[in-house]
Amino acid sequence: MSEHEYTPKSKVGKWFNDRLPLLTLANHLTDYPTPKNLNYWWTFGGILTFCLITQIVTGLVLAMHYIAHADMAFQSVEHIMRDVNYGWLIRYIHANGASMFFLAVYIHIFRSLFYGSYKSPREVIWIIGIIIYLLMMAAAFLGYVLPWGQMSFWGATVITNLFSAIPFVGEGIVTWLWGGYSVDNPTLTRFFTLHYLIPFLILGLVVLHIWALHVPGNNNPIGIDIKKPSKDTVPFHPYIVIKDGFALLMFMIVFAFFVFYTPNILGHADNYIEANPLVTPAHIVPEWYLLPFYAILRSVPDKLLGVIAMLSAILILAALPWLDTSKIRSAVFRPLYKQFYWILVADVLILGYVGAMPAEGLYLLIARIATAYYFLHFLVILPVLGFKERTTPVPLSITEPILGGSPNLAAVKKKDSFKDQ
Amino acid sequence: MKNFFRISFLIALFFGFQFNSNAAEKVEYLKTDWSFKGPFGKFDRAALQRGYQVYQEVCSSCHSMKYLSYRNLVEEGGPEFSVEQAKAIAASFEVKDGPNADGEMFMRPGRLSDKFVMPYENEKAAQAANGGAYPPDMTVLVKARGGGVDYIYSLLQGYEDPPAGVTLDDGVYYNKYMYGNKIKMSNQLSDGLVEYSDGTNASVEQMAKDVTTFLMWTAEPHLETRHKMGFKAIVYLIILTVLVYFSMKRIWSRIETKV
Repeated sequence: MSEHEYTPKSKVGKWFNDRLPLLTLANHLTDYPTPKNLNYWWTFGGILTFCLITQIVTGLVLAMHYIAHADMAFQSVEHIMRDVNYGWLIRYIHANGASMFFLAVYIHIFRSLFYGSYKSPREVIWIIGIIIYLLMMAAAFLGYVLPWGQMSFWGATVITNLFSAIPFVGEGIVTWLWGGYSVDNPTLTRFFTLHYLIPFLILGLVVLHIWALHVPGNNNPIGIDIKKPSKDTVPFHPYIVIKDGFALLMFMIVFAFFVFYTPNILGHADNYIEANPLVTPAHIVPEWYLLPFYAILRSVPDKLLGVIAMLSAILILAALPWLDTSKIRSAVFRPLYKQFYWILVADVLILGYVGAMPAEGLYLLIARIATAYYFLHFLVILPVLGFKERTTPVPLSITEPILGGSPNLAAVKKKDSFKDQ
Repeated sequence: MKNFFRISFLIALFFGFQFNSNAAEKVEYLKTDWSFKGPFGKFDRAALQRGYQVYQEVCSSCHSMKYLSYRNLVEEGGPEFSVEQAKAIAASFEVKDGPNADGEMFMRPGRLSDKFVMPYENEKAAQAANGGAYPPDMTVLVKARGGGVDYIYSLLQGYEDPPAGVTLDDGVYYNKYMYGNKIKMSNQLSDGLVEYSDGTNASVEQMAKDVTTFLMWTAEPHLETRHKMGFKAIVYLIILTVLVYFSMKRIWSRIETKV
C-alpha cells in the first residue's frame, strides 16, 4: 500500500488523508489490480463477507430479544418467532444463514484446493483462513446450543464430553467447561457470551485475511504469477465489484428460497422439543456442515484417538502448503492431481453422508475407509504426486499464449474466455 | 454460465445427501392435500376454525398450548375469529391471577392477552394423570416431529389391533405410524365426535386434517406472511440479478477480448 502514490483532490480530503490515510486505503481497494481471468469460484470471498455481516446484524437483533437462561431460552425463541416484529424472518435468516455460510466456505476452500491458492507466497492467507474456519465451527456449534432444544442440549453434552478423552485432566476440563456437573444454565450463559464474541474475532481475522491477500494479490485459474498492474489485470472497481455483486445476487436467491420456503429443512426436528436432561434423543446428529468430521470421530473405536483424528483432519489443512510438494499451483496443468482432487471431494461427501447414519455395520466400514483415504490423500498422495506427476506446460501470462506454441493453448483460451460470456 | 450449473449441481448434491439422510427409516405416511404447502400456500380459514374446535373439545384436556394467546386467534393469517368470538372463547376459561391487594390469588375469566390455559398445574401432574406419559405441548408439535403434518395426520388415524405376537401393557396402544408402534395415547377420534358449526361432516379423516392444519398454524403463525414476502423478495432479486447481469456484460465489454 505504501508505494501507492495517491493525493486526494479536495483540500479537506488532503488534510484528513495526511492525518489518517483512509482515502489512500479506499483508493487502494478500488484500484487493486485483479487477474482478469478469475472465474465464478472466486466470487465466494465476497459472498462470505456478506454472510458474516448478515450473521452479525441478524444476531445483534436476536440477542436483543433472546434470554440466555435454561428455563427461558426456548420460550424466548418462540417469543421471537411469534411476537417480535419480523422476528421469524430474522431468526430464519440467522439459522439458515449459518448453513449458507458453511456452503460458501466449503466452496471457497475447495476452490483453493483446486487452484493451489494455498501455495507460496499465500501460506499465511491460507492459515488465517483455516483459523477462521475453526472459529466458524465453534460459533456454529455454540449458536446451535442457544435455542435450548433437545438437539442443542445433547449436542452440547456430546461435544463437551469429547474433552474428557484428554488423559488425567479430561474430567476436570469438562466440569470447568460446563460450570457444573452437567450441561446446565452456567453452560448456556457462557456459550451465549462466546457465541457473541467469536463473530467479532472472525471479523478481525477476515481483515487480516484480506490484508494478507492484498500483499501478493489474487491467485488465478491458471495459477501463474502475474505482473501488476498489467494487461493481465483489471481494477477491482468496477470489474470485480459488479461480478461479485452478480454472483452474490444468485447466491441470495438460493438463500431466500431456504429462508422463505423451507426454513426448517436444514435443522433437526428434535430441536423444537425443549431440552430435557432425562430424555435422550434416538440419534444425536450434528448439523450437516459438521457431519464429515463427526464421521471421522466415530470411525475410530478409541475415544481419545477419535478426537485426535477429528482434530487432525482439520489441522492437517494448515500444513497443506508444505504437504503439497508440486511447484505448479493450478490443477488445470496437473492431470493426475485433478483426478485425486475429485476423489477427495467425493470422499468428503461420503464422509458427510455416513456421518448422518448410525455408526454400525456397512456405514461404519465405509466411514473407516473414507477416513483412511482422507488422511492418505494429504499425507501420502499429495507429497508423492509433487515429485512424480508430469505436469502440462504452463503459459507465461494470462493474455499471451505459451512461447513456441503449446498443446495446451485451448485450455488457456478456455480459461480466459469468461469475459465473453 | 457453465460454472453456475456446476455450482447448482454441487448445492443439489450437498442437500440431496442431507435429505436422504433425514429420510432414513421412514414409513409411508397417509397423504392429503394441504392448502398451506407450496410457495403460494395459505391456510384454509374454515379448516383452522374447525381445527381449533377439535383441539378445544378433544386434545386440550391433556395437551397444553403454552406459547399461544387467545389474541392470536384474531390475528391475520390465523383462524381469524372475530374479536367478539375470541373474547367469548377467552372468557370461557378461568385464569388464575393475583396476588390481589389482600395477597390472595384469585380466579377471573380469561382475556385476549392471556396465554392458553394449561390443562395441568405442572408436568408431574400431567404425568400422574396419564399413566406416566407426559402429553407433549402442541404449539410447535408439527415442527418437532420428523414427518411434520403428514406424521400427525397419519398418527391420528393409525390405530389398529396389534399384529399377532405383539403384547401390549395396560394403557399402551398400537399405532402403525408411531415410532416403535407403541403409544400411550388411546385412539381419540371417532366419526361424529364433534359437531361442526359449519355443517361439515365430522369424519375421522376430516377431523384429523382440520386439527393438523390448526397445529401447523400454531407452529408457524406467520406462514402466510412468509410465503407472500418470499415471493416478492425472490421476484425482486431475480429482476435485480438480470439488471446487474447486463450491467456486468456492458462493463466487461470495455476489456478487449483477444487472447
